[in-house]
Amino acid sequence: MELIVLSPFDLALAASLVLLLALLSWRLHLGVEKRVLVAALRSAIQLSLIGLVLNFLFAQTSLALTGLWALVMLGVAGWEVVARQKHRYRGAWGFGIGTLSMFISSFSVIILALILIIGVEPWYQPQYLIPLLGMLLGNTMSGIAITLDNLSRQAWEGRGGIEARLLLGQSWECAIRDIRRDSIRAGLIPIINSMAAAGLVSLPGMMTGQILAGSPPMEAAKYQMMILFLISAGTGLGSAAAVWIGSRRLFDQRQRLRLDRLTGPER
Amino acid sequence: MAALRLQGLKTRNLAPLDLTLAAGDLVLLSGPSGSGKSLLLRALADLDPHEGEAWLDGTACSALPAPAWRRRVALLPAESFWWYDRVGDHFDRVPPNGTGAGLGGGTPADAVGPATQALLLRLGFTSEVLDWTVSRLSTGERQRLALARLLALQPQVLLLDEATANLDPPNRDRVEDLIQDYRRDQGAAVLWVSHDPDQRRRLALPAPGLPGARRLEIQGDRLVAEPEEPAA
Repeated sequence: MELIVLSPFDLALAASLVLLLALLSWRLHLGVEKRVLVAALRSAIQLSLIGLVLNFLFAQTSLALTGLWALVMLGVAGWEVVARQKHRYRGAWGFGIGTLSMFISSFSVIILALILIIGVEPWYQPQYLIPLLGMLLGNTMSGIAITLDNLSRQAWEGRGGIEARLLLGQSWECAIRDIRRDSIRAGLIPIINSMAAAGLVSLPGMMTGQILAGSPPMEAAKYQMMILFLISAGTGLGSAAAVWIGSRRLFDQRQRLRLDRLTGPER
Repeated sequence: MAALRLQGLKTRNLAPLDLTLAAGDLVLLSGPSGSGKSLLLRALADLDPHEGEAWLDGTACSALPAPAWRRRVALLPAESFWWYDRVGDHFDRVPPNGTGAGLGGGTPADAVGPATQALLLRLGFTSEVLDWTVSRLSTGERQRLALARLLALQPQVLLLDEATANLDPPNRDRVEDLIQDYRRDQGAAVLWVSHDPDQRRRLALPAPGLPGARRLEIQGDRLVAEPEEPAA
């Protein structure tokens, strides 16, 4: 099986379907035609740029350039985590906790995978590193965002209970223990669900891509399995790190609950 | 037996405060709402950041780990909070290292020890209350059980924030008697925020083996002696 190259005409044909959708929206007064077109245009521009960047990166196999791009991806994912919080940590912590947790989990898992599992030579070959890291970051980002949101929201709403436990002489770790456990669990549920449903409900995106690109389905399935395992490990590790750093930050040296370190509920 | 001393303790609404409570002393505190009574008690329990220092006998608050200080200088907030479903789960003893191992386990009513059972009895409960779910308790029951939960830890100083606000007269008397006995038997110093003038008058009188209470009032940003009212 050969990879069938899409011609500009093929893409234009697909794009005309979006135009049709916009026309439909206009005729039926759905009021989303402008947003559909803008979003489609955005995706076209972003993906073309990424294609160019990756073309460039893949031609180099440079550790410095690949690393730089990986940091850009990490930074964007870090902002995305911040954007999904109802109560954000004030100051640099808001960006720092999620980003550091993703860095610890995704980067360690991906280096492990590239060196020990796949055995890429050299390990930073961008054709493997960038797509794998993208999938890992995308998923750990969701997990960590859910985990941190749960942690800060439950601490905010459960202030009375936490302080009552502190007043009975419990340590901060004991007073926040149930909330910690809950938060990590909430962050892990999406990846557990997607592992359980993998293949039956939908073919995961990576596997679909590999099959379209001509890989035998069994090979694609094996890669997909590896990815799911890596993602679950990365998400678990990242959520645990985020909860540990995040809950520590909720208390000060005298083990007082410091909700003033979070932003209020507005927005 | 422990004395509590405040040295330049500064909270948001009050000027730096010096105050000494000898062992067994009772100070009744009143003042308009929002004047900073609760904030003062929270600072004393080291639950809010504050300036100044509090001393328990010769030990400074800042010299003890916060959980150890809070077990000695115990605050009963005006509103009680419960984090497990069952009343009894809140009564498991916190081990001295403060890790709270074993909390949340299913505890039969008889596992809390005779001292706690006696406390419950004095507050009008039998040990069966430990198997009740928190959601079926009334506000007053919660308030009394929160006091039992606190006294079970045998603190040396009590900070009470309107401890009888939601209680009917018989239960209010039970709580007052229990606190007075705790002062007498343990030599505990007690700082009690009370809005009830009758209660303040009652507790200001000396009781057998106990000196009467000092009554203090917040005026502006300072604590002054409450003026004597003409007897009604």
